[in-house]
Amino acid sequence: MYTKVLTAVAALLTIPVTAMAGPDEDNLVINDELDMISVTEAPAHAENLDTIYSGWHFRTDETQALQIDDFDNPAMIFVDQAADTFETVEGAAGKSCASCHDGAESFKGLQASMPKVDAESGKLVVMEDLINKCRTEHMEADVWKWSGADMQGIVALIGLQSRGMPMNVAIDGDAALYWEQGREMYYTRFGQLELSCANCHEDNWGNMIRADHLSQGMINGFPTYRLKQAKLISRHNRFRGCIRDTRAETFAEGSDEFRALELYVASRGNGLSVETPAVRQ
Amino acid sequence: MKLRLITMVCTVTGGVAMAADTGPKDVHFDDYGAIETSLTGVVGDAANGAVIVGEKSKGNCVACHEVTALAGIPFHGEVGPVLDGAGDRWTEAELRGLVANAKMTFEGTVMPAFYKDDGYIRPGDAYTGKAPSAPLTTILTAQEIEDVVAFLATLNEQ
Ligand code: HEC
Ligand code: HEC
Ligand code: HEC
Repeated sequence: MYTKVLTAVAALLTIPVTAMAGPDEDNLVINDELDMISVTEAPAHAENLDTIYSGWHFRTDETQALQIDDFDNPAMIFVDQAADTFETVEGAAGKSCASCHDGAESFKGLQASMPKVDAESGKLVVMEDLINKCRTEHMEADVWKWSGADMQGIVALIGLQSRGMPMNVAIDGDAALYWEQGREMYYTRFGQLELSCANCHEDNWGNMIRADHLSQGMINGFPTYRLKQAKLISRHNRFRGCIRDTRAETFAEGSDEFRALELYVASRGNGLSVETPAVRQ
Repeated sequence: MKLRLITMVCTVTGGVAMAADTGPKDVHFDDYGAIETSLTGVVGDAANGAVIVGEKSKGNCVACHEVTALAGIPFHGEVGPVLDGAGDRWTEAELRGLVANAKMTFEGTVMPAFYKDDGYIRPGDAYTGKAPSAPLTTILTAQEIEDVVAFLATLNEQ
């Protein structure tokens, strides 16, 4: 009797609060068959998080719905176009991606371990680097623009092959220095508003900031289709936008700073399924 | 020659408001982060303060704070506390300090400093993402700070 009253009071007290704050409790299943890990225990190196959440949990039901069925996912148009591009001959060497790679499927698993350190050069590379290297060295074609439709379409096509696999980027060995650099950036309070990534995505995830429901700023769903821009958005473009919004001088897409930040941010999501291509507001 | 003159004039007038105003580098905060004296000596305009608090390109305070008195403005955030009753909780001097540089009251707070023009890491040219092309100005002018303070002082708990 007592407990019942207490529970009723507690429910009354908590409902208005939880209605907005926090991630929702829906399960992310794609095409009714692919169970995604969209909530899981945080990796030990994400020091100040206990649980990690995909950004999907912070979006409205309508936006969420677009991601759970490939027929509704507007990103798939770009992925289909990329599948054609994959077969298209370009450049002086007269080759297409398909001339050397046995279909995009051959890249299964790659996205889950990106970014990674290139064994030869010792440099940290992201997906766009691998692709542009093939374009210049193997195809003798021009590099693609970082956030251009061609590039992000292929990045999404390759990422999609790993959909459902848990993110598992390496942060030790050769990667350790880059990871430290990225971590340092994550906690730096940039710009005239003096806000770090952590101020918003670690200290305030679940809270509303103006009209936006703050997520943990994960990148396991990138490139994402943004409804507002009606196109695929690269990871570096998102970083750029978030830094710009602190009234800061941002970094360039494809800069070493953003490579390091990408590694660090990806590592915070280790354990979450690759969700490429996600849909966002 | 002509160009140089224009640039000089711009530098002198740009951002730096009236000579009588206390500049951002001359502001005196007490041990608790309050600013005793008005930055301008001109009484704040609460109605204009309300506009600044709600306006995205100005204070954008509602991005982080809910303010019932401004319920007409859509989308109030919840990063900071609800500002209802702020006029009861804080003195005018404390409010001035909070709006000018809340870090002097709450160490390390995420709340931005609105009356400060140096000490930033990679400050930009407003929201362009580019490097600044002119000396930095404070986010709000001295009088705008006073206007916001005047508005906050009207927020009393009924
Ligand atoms: C002439 C052959 C050739 C062509 C054409 C080619 N690649 Fe490659 N690609 C390679 C080779 C060889 C490697 C192994 C690394 C290296 O030597 O560059 C590679 C590596 C890659 C990798 C990295 C795989 C990994 O596990 O690290 C990706 C991704 C990739 N290619 C994508 C593409 C895409 C997309 C295209 C078309 C835009 C393309 N490649 C065109 C030969 C080619
Ligand atoms: C002033 C607050 C703020 C700061 C500071 C900030 N962001 Fe964001 N970020 C947002 C908002 C708002 C969104 C959109 C809603 C969401 O997903 O959180 C967002 C979205 C993102 C997303 C997309 C998440 C998804 O699932 O689609 C990533 C990734 C991201 N931010 C990374 C960063 C990084 C890295 C930094 C630091 C360089 C940073 N953000 C700094 C506010 C911020
Ligand atoms: C990025 C988010 C953010 C913005 C923007 C922001 N604040 Fe705050 N504000 C906070 C936080 C968080 C606190 C709580 C202090 C703390 O503990 O860090 C706070 C505290 C305050 C307080 C004291 C809390 C109380 O008891 O009422 C006042 C007053 C205040 N802010 C006013 C403003 C005004 C006015 C503006 C706009 C000029 C503004 N804030 C903009 C985040 C913000």
